[in-house]
Amino acid sequence: MSLTKGADGLAELLGQVTGFIYPNEIEVHWSILIVVYPYVTGLVAGAFILASLVKVFRIKEVQPTYRLSLLTALAFLLIAPLPLLLHLSQPQRFYEILLTPNPTSAMAMFGFVYAWYLMGVLLLEIWFEYRRDLIELAQTSRFPLNWVYRVLSLYSKDTSEASLAFDRKATQVITIIGIPSAFLLHGYVGFIFGSVKANPWWGSVLMPIVFLMSAIVSGIALVILIYMVRAGVRGEPIDMPCLDRITSYLFYAVIVDFSLEALDFVHRLYQSEESVKILGSLITHKLFMSLWVVQILLGMFIPLGILVLAKACGFGAELRKLLYFTAVILIQIGIFATRWNVVIGGQLFSKSFRGLTTYKMEVMGIEGLLAALVLLALPFVVLYVLLKLLPTEGPRGKALSGATSTARTV
Amino acid sequence: MNKREFLKGAVVFIPAAGVLGAVARHAAGKETAAKEPAAKQPAAAPNAKNGYEPSAHYYGMGIDIDKCIGCNLCAVACKVENDVPDEPFYFRTWVERYTITRDGEVSVGNISLGTAREPMREPVQDAREVVRTFFVPKLCNQCQKPPCVQVCPVNATFTTQDGVVIIDAERCIGCRYCIQACPYGQRYLHPKTRVADKCTFCLHRLVKGLQPACVEVCPTQARIFGDLRSHASRLVRFRRLNKLHVLKPQLNTDPKVYYANLDGEVR
Repeated sequence: MSLTKGADGLAELLGQVTGFIYPNEIEVHWSILIVVYPYVTGLVAGAFILASLVKVFRIKEVQPTYRLSLLTALAFLLIAPLPLLLHLSQPQRFYEILLTPNPTSAMAMFGFVYAWYLMGVLLLEIWFEYRRDLIELAQTSRFPLNWVYRVLSLYSKDTSEASLAFDRKATQVITIIGIPSAFLLHGYVGFIFGSVKANPWWGSVLMPIVFLMSAIVSGIALVILIYMVRAGVRGEPIDMPCLDRITSYLFYAVIVDFSLEALDFVHRLYQSEESVKILGSLITHKLFMSLWVVQILLGMFIPLGILVLAKACGFGAELRKLLYFTAVILIQIGIFATRWNVVIGGQLFSKSFRGLTTYKMEVMGIEGLLAALVLLALPFVVLYVLLKLLPTEGPRGKALSGATSTARTV
Repeated sequence: MNKREFLKGAVVFIPAAGVLGAVARHAAGKETAAKEPAAKQPAAAPNAKNGYEPSAHYYGMGIDIDKCIGCNLCAVACKVENDVPDEPFYFRTWVERYTITRDGEVSVGNISLGTAREPMREPVQDAREVVRTFFVPKLCNQCQKPPCVQVCPVNATFTTQDGVVIIDAERCIGCRYCIQACPYGQRYLHPKTRVADKCTFCLHRLVKGLQPACVEVCPTQARIFGDLRSHASRLVRFRRLNKLHVLKPQLNTDPKVYYANLDGEVR
């Protein structure tokens, strides 16, 4: 049989189908790029929630990670639309989604939710937070950087006490608006999956909440990871009270996340609907490694154990650092597996509930492993540039922002 | 007007004209897209010779399971008529075969996976064990509450006035949300056009007063096509004379493909 171009990879999958599937279901349409998308968006929301702990809940210990969290959120948010764009089979028409969105489509709301979060929340908060620094940097740095800072500060020159007070007020207000916005951003991604009634693995009212909680887990873990690596690279001491505090939050977030997932699982098992048999065979065969081993064991139980150990045993700072570091890396892998299990897992069983198919990931193609790795690495490149441009300490090498900047300006 | 004023005006006018032009073009494009079936098929224009008026029709299909002999002609005719790729994983319609044995075991196969001459029909192991066996033709259910239309981010898929869910291939961005949302697995991404594709009830034939290809070739009249608005239609008669069922009614999609003598095992 002559194969149509683009179909050659699918023919070999025919032999790997177990049971009966509808014929068009052999192709897994949402590939690894769609796994990367909710993973990256989740990191944005989580990092922002961590930043908001400082501003809204006034938790002073977490201050050293405040600016880092904001810039991490921005770096990942800037990359977040890329996997979506690359995944479209007609990417040159992406603008249709912005110009003529279908109001009943959850996906069509992406442009609005994204634009609001980027422009209405994150950029605004970062601008107010950095305005004073930008003015000072514009004065102290050399050409052409001084012009870059001048433009970034939007030619603002006012460093009077009143204007700084306004900056502080503004970041406070924006953060308060930002928390529900971050919830919206990631809850919305969960809704894209949760609202698909045709798919029992996705269609659950808990989906947006589970997405949100796992987003908070992954975002906090990522900021800890970046904070520790950065301190190591720059040879700076790690602020241990800060690290202890954040890892406590991480611990509670993992517990809540796990409880929600467990509730979802027990609920499905107890209700035992039409789909329970095929979903059972999905999680015991196709998803055994990625769900039970990677997501639950490596991504939740072991890091929880490590965190308990680190908190309860009164180890020294060095050992605690090592334990925290291991835990956050495992948690990252676990949350990536969570996204994988939702996105790919939801496409591995037939909607006839009578059979399973297989996902064979490309390596080189635009929807392949390599593209996914590049997309996962890109935010770190963006973050590197952002951190070069917008130092997390003030221009004079002092810890700035929040509590300390208040002290200085008084 | 001096030179300075002229240049000032030009600086504002050129980009403004560009933006307005693009917006106007886009608005015009939307208009034609909404009339896609009519625009593509000159015969479909209301004032065309045959006077086809979309709003005067509302199409559906009936399928009598007891009449289907599993010859697979419908699936083959559909591929030929609609340029559906040959591979056994692109279908606008296909035929499933159900075999239910005495111990309650249900085995399902897709006879359309074979070729036109040799539909894929594996022999039953022990015929004495079989209690029921039957064929089920499947196609887009042309739902009245289509989840695929609900989720399309760009309105590329929509319901026509005559009740057919179709796809505008020039608008589809290939996000494949519709494929995920269809409970019946009816949609696929066309490997050549790289946009979503599915059964259209052969709308291009309907506007010429013809039947869908699958209905036309069916030797046993297991597929009954008709206009739900016309009292004289065969489909209306079929609906009056049979006890009917639709697929996955619990999902509230309101299909317009009605099955007579359907077994509860069919999903």
